[in-house]
Amino acid sequence: MTALQKMLFRDLAHMKGQVIAVSMVVACGVASYVSMRSTYRSLLLTQSDYYEAYRFADIFAHVKRAPDALAATIRQIPGVAGLETRITMEVTLDVPGLAEPATGLLVSIPEHRRPILNDLHIRRGEYPQPGRSDEVLASEAFAAANSLDVGSRIGAVINGRWKQLRISGIALSPEYIYEVRGGSILPDNKRFGVLWMPLPTLEAAFDMRGAFNDVALTLPRGTNPADVISKLDQLLAPYGSLGAYGRDEQISNRFISDEIAQNRVSSNVIPAIFLGVAAFLLHIVLTRLIQIQRKEIALLKAFGYSRVAIGAHYLKLSLLAVSGGIVLGVAGGLYFGSSLTQLYQQFYRFPVLRYEAGLGLVLTTVAITFAAAALGALMAVRSAMALPPAEAMRPESPALFNAGVLEHTGIMRLFSFSGRMIIRNLNRRRGKAALSVLGIATAAGLMVVGFYFYDAFEYGIRVEFEVAERADVTIYFHEAKSGGARFEVARLPGVLYAEPFRAVPVRLRFGRRSKRSAILAMKPGSQLRRIINEEMRPVRLPEEGILLTERLARDLGVSAGEALTVEVLEGKRPVRRIVVAGVTDELLGTSAYMSLEAIHRMMQEEGSVSGAWLAVDSAALPRLYSLLKRTPAVSAVAIRDAMLRTFRDIIAQSFTITTNILIVFACIISFGMVYNGARIALSERGNEMASLRVLGFTQGEVARILLGEQALLTAAAIPLGWLLGYGICAFLSLRLSTELYRIPLVVTRQVYLLSALVVIGSAVLSGVLVARRLRRLDLMAVLKTRE
Amino acid sequence: MEIHALRGVDFDLYPGEFIVLLGPSGSGKSTLLNILGGLDVPTRGEVIYRDHNLTAAQERELTRYRREHVGFVFQFYNLIPSLTALENVALVTEIARNPMKPEEALRLVGLGERMHHFPAQLSGGEQQRVAIARAIAKRPDVLLCDEPTGALDYATGKIVLEALERVNRELKTITVVITHNAAIAAMADRVIRISSGSIAGIERNETRAAPSELSW
Repeated sequence: MTALQKMLFRDLAHMKGQVIAVSMVVACGVASYVSMRSTYRSLLLTQSDYYEAYRFADIFAHVKRAPDALAATIRQIPGVAGLETRITMEVTLDVPGLAEPATGLLVSIPEHRRPILNDLHIRRGEYPQPGRSDEVLASEAFAAANSLDVGSRIGAVINGRWKQLRISGIALSPEYIYEVRGGSILPDNKRFGVLWMPLPTLEAAFDMRGAFNDVALTLPRGTNPADVISKLDQLLAPYGSLGAYGRDEQISNRFISDEIAQNRVSSNVIPAIFLGVAAFLLHIVLTRLIQIQRKEIALLKAFGYSRVAIGAHYLKLSLLAVSGGIVLGVAGGLYFGSSLTQLYQQFYRFPVLRYEAGLGLVLTTVAITFAAAALGALMAVRSAMALPPAEAMRPESPALFNAGVLEHTGIMRLFSFSGRMIIRNLNRRRGKAALSVLGIATAAGLMVVGFYFYDAFEYGIRVEFEVAERADVTIYFHEAKSGGARFEVARLPGVLYAEPFRAVPVRLRFGRRSKRSAILAMKPGSQLRRIINEEMRPVRLPEEGILLTERLARDLGVSAGEALTVEVLEGKRPVRRIVVAGVTDELLGTSAYMSLEAIHRMMQEEGSVSGAWLAVDSAALPRLYSLLKRTPAVSAVAIRDAMLRTFRDIIAQSFTITTNILIVFACIISFGMVYNGARIALSERGNEMASLRVLGFTQGEVARILLGEQALLTAAAIPLGWLLGYGICAFLSLRLSTELYRIPLVVTRQVYLLSALVVIGSAVLSGVLVARRLRRLDLMAVLKTRE
Repeated sequence: MEIHALRGVDFDLYPGEFIVLLGPSGSGKSTLLNILGGLDVPTRGEVIYRDHNLTAAQERELTRYRREHVGFVFQFYNLIPSLTALENVALVTEIARNPMKPEEALRLVGLGERMHHFPAQLSGGEQQRVAIARAIAKRPDVLLCDEPTGALDYATGKIVLEALERVNRELKTITVVITHNAAIAAMADRVIRISSGSIAGIERNETRAAPSELSW
């Protein structure tokens, strides 16, 4: 080992506290980068592999009923490569052990072959036996949530008849990786599931012989789906089409793709913050080290070591200082990455969710981190290289303070002497102080971000399920019923109050833009379902015209007062021009609202309803549930309390890990910043502190002067951190919001308080550690040494 | 193996005395100063200040002793660079029981005009006089000066010694000056010579020479 190498390791050992602090911050950055990137890659790869291997369709369409012969015509559309027609139906299920009725989506599968498109992966069990009309494949998510397995039996109301079904196998489909009922954004796997049944059974049960009501297509790579979609729409329109759509509107694909895109955003933002902080820490640590080692540097140069050798020495030092952090960070990142991927398996059902990090990612990480470290070291190393041998032999000239603007204002008289020392020291190195404040602020900001998601989703859920939707139970009819149905509903057991609604699938057009959507119509002033804006205030539903969510209006390019074209996609399929009465900023989805009377006029119908919202006496719930489980007219039932519980569980599960990780990271950053700041202050001003001790100042008084500076920096950093955190939240809320949901920008007071407490806590801890070193200050040496 | 920095050292200091502790480097005079100043305690023997026995004093007691009774003047001044001359002095008077006014202390060392300057704006001699003002402002019973002229040139060193002499004369503070500069011995009441860790001799000067009369 050369002398310079020995010096390298000795310096590292000597600064071990600071090296550890820097390493920890580096480890956080590396861990977050590796985990997020690897999760992102794993998801992306798994998704595309799955789609490819199981032939996930490119275009989907649902109709009321179309003859099988139409399939041949569809196949003629230029660009169609593969086609499969199916029958799908929503039915009410009676799941053993579940008090509430559940909703099943029955999807047909060919009897004697595998599906051409959207093929199934059989996890356990087998396809239904040909000829057995009571066997089904159940989706894995639904089976797992209800503890069902091969051989389990569930009840279903199929076309008015109650039927017992036997699960012959557990299956997964690329169509339902994220299994949610249409219109919902969070999965409720207990109460919604997909069941696959052989085609002949469904044909017989729903009188659909020689007909289909669902079609999926694939296109050769590179075909524009828009052309095929518009031709398909023309062909299907006479058969009650709800409008064809591509993968971009397919709900499961949407969610996964959004999630993957979100991962990409976060995997760039968060690690960058850490590496920035790490670079700054290295910069201050190294700058100080070089100040202390001026004599040694000069000596080395005097002996003939070149500038480059000196520069390389300090550069190596900084790279070595971060390597521990890299190793730890990569290990932690792989661990977090695989647990995060595991967590995804709960929400996204893939046959195999392959966790793959790859050597490339590790190498990239090492390169990025070294680059950040080198950047941090650059300025300090340059000053070491530039130091002329003779200059370096002289002690550094004493810190120059002089009467600047600050002094002339007389403001200093307001402060005690230790206060003046603190202010003047900070003022003398404003740049460094500002960066320190920024660093600590980052920690506070990260805390705010850590809690933000949890609060934002909780807020969203509160808006949706406590303020907007106040019905205990919502029932959906198979098809629109006459107005009389509302009286039948009101007579159901336990129903205290019922309000009907009408939901109509439509295509909205404005200029050249169009959007598939559904209009939800209710009575203005409805009590059980209110339209609530982002500020949690109810929005009055206009008697006339249509009310759009902001997102929908933006997508269509329409504003209030303008008339858009509504193409109804059911019944007589009327096309009408309706004036946009208003725009509201709802959190969820792209909805359109009308009053019941207005929609009835538009549809030229007499009081039809699609379902009803119910306020129910909770004591009567069991009776109501068991009745609904066997009511043929009802296709689906939504129970608010159950959904609320499920959603809260999901949010707790998905955010606990990330929130905890961010909190730990924030603690590490604030600890690293304050600890390093105080250590350097101690090193720079150890002499000053020892002099004060000799003059009779107590340990406490001296500690207060030294740590007061860090305390002031921390105090200044907290409000800045709040601001920074709020800014990052605003950015994330903007970037991570999708067409399906917006993440509200809600930061509660508790979050601000908590983030301040965590930062103060870690600052105090590092203060205590440094104060302990003050006790070991060599009072005798100070009489003889000269800084 | 035990190495004795000091051995068999036994002497008394009397109020108002001006003492010069003379010895070459490595003679143990710094250790003696540390013990007198309450920075260190002897491994054996006794140190008694008036009615306090400092021999077995704990850190807290030593700090109080330094705070209330001792004034220090360092070889390299050790002023707080972020405080002005006046503030450096005031910093100490704030924690003293019966201090003089900081301005008064500065005037006593001839720095009445420059009290609002920062250390970096003062010459070495001026800085050392600020340090003396800081040491005496709390009216200490003992003023300990460690090579107070060690870092100064001839002329400036004399000005500093004059300041020390004046303080001793006017405030009657026991003043102990540690030096290896034998010329300074002439201005002392008593000269204690230290050599290899023990007292080589104690001499009493019949008359104290004025600093201006010294030359080296």
